[in-house]
Amino acid sequence: MVTEIPLSFLPENHEAVIIEVRGGYGLTRRLAELGFTSGARVKVLQSTPPGPMLVMVRGARIALGRGIAMKIIVKPVEGV
Amino acid sequence: MKKIRVALIGNPNVGKSQIFNNLTGGRAHVGNWPGKTVEKKEGTCTHKGVEMQIVDLPGTYSLTARSIDELIARNYIIEEKPDVVIDIVDASTLERNLYLTIQLLELGANVVVALNKWDVAKSLGYEINVEELSKLLGVPVIPTVATEKIGMEELKDAVLEAARRKDRGREEAIKYGKPYDEVISEIATILEKDKELASKYPVKWLAIKVLEADEEVTKIVNRSPVRSELELKLEEAKKVLGEDIETALAEKRYSIISDTIIPRVLKGARPLTLTDMLDKAFLSKYLGIPIFLALWWALFRFTFDVSAPFSRILGMLFSGLGQLVSARINEPQLASFIADGIFGGLGTVLSFFPPIFFLFIGLAVLEDSGYLARAAFVMDRLMVKLGLHGRSFIPMLIGFGCNVPAVMATRTIDREEDRILTILVNPLMSCSARLPVYILIGSAVLGSWAAAGTYSMYILGIVLAILMAKLFRAVIPYFKGKPSPLIMELPLYAVPAVKTTLIHAWERGSLFLKKAGTIILLVVILSWFLSNYPWEAVHQGEEFMISNSYIAQLGGLLEPYFRPLGFNWMAAVALFFGFLAKEAVVGTFATMLGVSEGEASQALASAGIFTPVTGFAFMAFTLVYTPCMATLGAIYRETNSWKWTVFTVVYELALAYLVALAIVTFGSLLGFA
Repeated sequence: MVTEIPLSFLPENHEAVIIEVRGGYGLTRRLAELGFTSGARVKVLQSTPPGPMLVMVRGARIALGRGIAMKIIVKPVEGV
Repeated sequence: MKKIRVALIGNPNVGKSQIFNNLTGGRAHVGNWPGKTVEKKEGTCTHKGVEMQIVDLPGTYSLTARSIDELIARNYIIEEKPDVVIDIVDASTLERNLYLTIQLLELGANVVVALNKWDVAKSLGYEINVEELSKLLGVPVIPTVATEKIGMEELKDAVLEAARRKDRGREEAIKYGKPYDEVISEIATILEKDKELASKYPVKWLAIKVLEADEEVTKIVNRSPVRSELELKLEEAKKVLGEDIETALAEKRYSIISDTIIPRVLKGARPLTLTDMLDKAFLSKYLGIPIFLALWWALFRFTFDVSAPFSRILGMLFSGLGQLVSARINEPQLASFIADGIFGGLGTVLSFFPPIFFLFIGLAVLEDSGYLARAAFVMDRLMVKLGLHGRSFIPMLIGFGCNVPAVMATRTIDREEDRILTILVNPLMSCSARLPVYILIGSAVLGSWAAAGTYSMYILGIVLAILMAKLFRAVIPYFKGKPSPLIMELPLYAVPAVKTTLIHAWERGSLFLKKAGTIILLVVILSWFLSNYPWEAVHQGEEFMISNSYIAQLGGLLEPYFRPLGFNWMAAVALFFGFLAKEAVVGTFATMLGVSEGEASQALASAGIFTPVTGFAFMAFTLVYTPCMATLGAIYRETNSWKWTVFTVVYELALAYLVALAIVTFGSLLGFA
């Protein structure tokens, strides 16, 4: 069964599709500009909890603080 | 000869400054945007008899009104209406980069796309159909490799051609789909009724920004006679489109890119790249911090070891020149003024140039190679706990060498609040100039505890910096809240370009000379005056009687305030000169005790000026009290504000006093007096 989880729980090398970004206006928009919009595909390149994580979105590598990654809700892509 | 105006814009790390240097031949006028701390670079380029005036706009991902950088870029395009806007797009991150391109087209700018890092994209296996991209965007697209100057002639040709055509209003090319396009054109129709507004701004862009509730644009349309009609329409629109239209439109822009443009333009899979492999090491949980510390250490040694001989040569050159000139002047006051005031001052100013120059070479190499962003990633968790930003770490470390380049290195911190906070606490990092003072006092009065006493100063500085950062965050409304969370692009690793690096370092260095240099020179001349006058009383024959000078009188005046700390007038005078350069404390003590610098420690011990406790308090005071004037010059230059510069002096003086008083009080309570 596929469930929706915060991006920060997605393990390294796994891919997911963004469902929504649950942040304040400012944060949501800033992330949207960088390509974190609903429907976008993300891949976790590096994740070292509780430190920041590195994800690939729209061909770019973006470093995200752990707190921010908690606010991005994703649906993992199976079989990756 | 014809003149045209060209603006350069692009995301961070797309090679914008390289293209700027290629076009202008590296000759740039560097200044600030009016009233802002953001740097403005301008240059010219003549191509086929046409003079292009080129302005480098701040690197940005978007054109909203939320950050200074974005506002500067977009206001320049709207208000100054450059003939052509060159949008530099990173071909290896095409999808994300096109987001800004779409926004420029919305703005109705006359865009020419430079598809830079063409070689990198190719090496990653991407195939980009340039013709198709140009057709879809409706603007010329020129592949370039800025590092090798490939595509520059074609780019200039395209700019001239675009300037001739004067194409504007190609925003028609962008369709957001139903129901957005209808709503946007309905709002645009209302806005068009205001003739003044419509003549000044592209109405479709205004309509989009009104829908996005953009602060600046809302202010503009609120002054318009069509305001009430507009508000009615907006209410209606929100019912259809939802509340957060800005995010929805951002999604629409991306879907134009990823559904319409990318599938027809971009082919190629992405293999595991060198960047991914390097990141496995550099960002590793275990290796990340050791690698960071090793690279920082290399940067530190490079900056201070390589520059030290140059600084010494410059210092010697100027004192030699001063003596040479003054020897030919018979009037002793004028001779002293020229040798110690003018040449001494110039020597002091210029001796700071080499470390700044080399530091910025080192930093530019780290930044252009892509590592600096990784360093922030690695240090983020620790620094956030301390109330600072991940990027604050490097400036703090550089502070152990010299606070002047450290303050300048805060430029890599993008949010102004975080940057200013880092600047304010930076002088608490004990710079190398303070070390001779600790050694002098420590060996004079601390005996076998001298080394421990010296070491404790470094720890004290770090602890105070952390406490102060926390305090300022909590107390000063400007810094309220958490440091801005980490959201940062990590660029692909690349080999830095030598010429761009050197030009960058040179610009930094000469800017420092221009801005901070004047202040330093004035203060050196002032202190020369205070320590040499009244002339007759100070210069008795061959004797130099500093105890008769104005500065000694000032020391006498200050002494009562320092008495609770156990400092006498000599200590007060030494601290005054320490303001010029902290290591001057040593020389001043030597002068006043009438011995050479090498004998100062013994003389100080036998003169009984300090007890172990007051000596230790004096060391702490030297650590904390006002940054030296060169650092203040840098603080003023970087904050562009007298308020923060004066604030730094005041808080550090107060803190130094409190810390020294605490040491003396507890010391005597514990019976060390």
